[in-house]
Amino acid sequence: MAKGVRPRVKVPKTASSGDVVTIKCLISHKMESGQRKDKEGNKIPRSIINRFTCSLAGETIIDVAMEPAISTNPYFEFDATVTESGDFKFVWHDDDGSVYEEVKTIQVA
Amino acid sequence: MEFTRRETMATGGAAVLTAMMPVPSFAMVDDLVDEFTGGADMAEGGVNLVAPEIAENGNTVPIEVSADGAVAIMVLATGNPLPPVATFNFGPLAGESRAKTRIRLAGTQDIVAVAKMADGSFARTQKTVKVTIGGCGG
Amino acid sequence: MKSMKTAAIAVLVFSAGMASAGPDNDVLVINGELTMTTRAAVPEHMADTPLDELLSGWHYRTDETQSLQADDFDNPGMVFVDVAADAWNTVEGTEGKACATCHQDPSTMKGVRAVYPKWNDATEEVRTLAMQINSCRVENMGADPYKYTGGKMANMEALISLQSRGMPVNVAIDGPAQSDWEWGRELYYTRTGQLELSCANCHEDNNGNMIRADHLSQGHINGFPVYRLKNTKLNTVHARFKGCVRDTRAETYKPGSPEFVALELYVASRGNGLSVEGPSVRN
Repeated sequence: MAKGVRPRVKVPKTASSGDVVTIKCLISHKMESGQRKDKEGNKIPRSIINRFTCSLAGETIIDVAMEPAISTNPYFEFDATVTESGDFKFVWHDDDGSVYEEVKTIQVA
Repeated sequence: MEFTRRETMATGGAAVLTAMMPVPSFAMVDDLVDEFTGGADMAEGGVNLVAPEIAENGNTVPIEVSADGAVAIMVLATGNPLPPVATFNFGPLAGESRAKTRIRLAGTQDIVAVAKMADGSFARTQKTVKVTIGGCGG
Repeated sequence: MKSMKTAAIAVLVFSAGMASAGPDNDVLVINGELTMTTRAAVPEHMADTPLDELLSGWHYRTDETQSLQADDFDNPGMVFVDVAADAWNTVEGTEGKACATCHQDPSTMKGVRAVYPKWNDATEEVRTLAMQINSCRVENMGADPYKYTGGKMANMEALISLQSRGMPVNVAIDGPAQSDWEWGRELYYTRTGQLELSCANCHEDNNGNMIRADHLSQGHINGFPVYRLKNTKLNTVHARFKGCVRDTRAETYKPGSPEFVALELYVASRGNGLSVEGPSVRN
């Protein structure tokens, strides 16, 4: 697990069935590109989050293939259609095999 | 594929630029697009790319892509050492085929967005972003 | 000869040629509810400066950068506030205490950022917020001090600054702090380095002009700690001072040194009346 990784997500707590809600998420991660060199001139190995997914009650909202060109502390904003109450699941996949997860519940009236 | 005179001129211009610029070659970008589209034709328009005209810092450039009815949108930074940026795949619960993120740009360059529509067609757009070189290292 | 060289450098460095030069007239409203004071009257103690209005550095940034600060979710600095909130509740050191043990909720820190640096009667010195945090850690918690400009310090400063967000900076410059304030003013106007530039050369004489591709602000520190797009982390005041002085090609004072503490007091006082913005977002 990379150092100092912390997710942050914003979803509305409630919505009406059929609403389209905007979701924002950010995770603190250095996103080392693999393009940089250290003081001795050695290449710093790539270490990024390479995939992000968000689903609601098991159904996919977005699935992002991420490359080193995504900035440090990756940020995404996107939209989801909500039809019933359930858990939003956010998953980030690290190059080192670590998986970071966050869950937020939404109540749909 | 037919070219108008203007398109032919533009292609010629691009070829000159390709010859002048170091890595990466536009061929690499073309290959990535071909891989995504399977070589299919792309409509100009139908996909939107929002990016600043001038980015204050190339390390964190906000962009937004959207395309009505797209199942996936691929973003490429044509002037980066590695052009791929991200591919957004939209699932059944995506409210709109839209996403915002923040990206790294190695310098002034074109960003390309290619959308894959539900019917298997493709659309493409691009935008130039100028990246300023800072004054104070601070 | 020497002064001619300096003049030539000055011409090279500063130019107002770009159309975008000059601060803008936008209004900063955070989360659609908190309107920030980003323009303020020049305090009495700055009457002899050429400034006719105080302007937050926010006005000198592009719309894209500005918008990042207008929403607490778009502001990448806020994730580090979350990290510091965990640290606030974490017991560290030999005394078995966390920040929360004595101070309860971080909201008890409301108003603190606005008045720092501040004279401390017990130790008879001007203390920055960073010095106060480390004093608490060492003397009350029995914990190791944070590195003065390190990530943990920047994060904790962000958490504490946030409690005062929107309050006017109101640093005291009279009484026992006065001599340090005067020393800080002297440092502000002292040219340093091979480029022979003082703080005032850029931030007083040339704010609004471009230094290469960078838009010079008035150099206020009401937005610290600052999340910079350039290095994608929270930056402390003394790290910024060090960077600025280094850019004049000088040996810099050390972060936490009496010189930088005095300079921080003076520079903070130049922003008296502007809202506390930390953690702000800059390029």
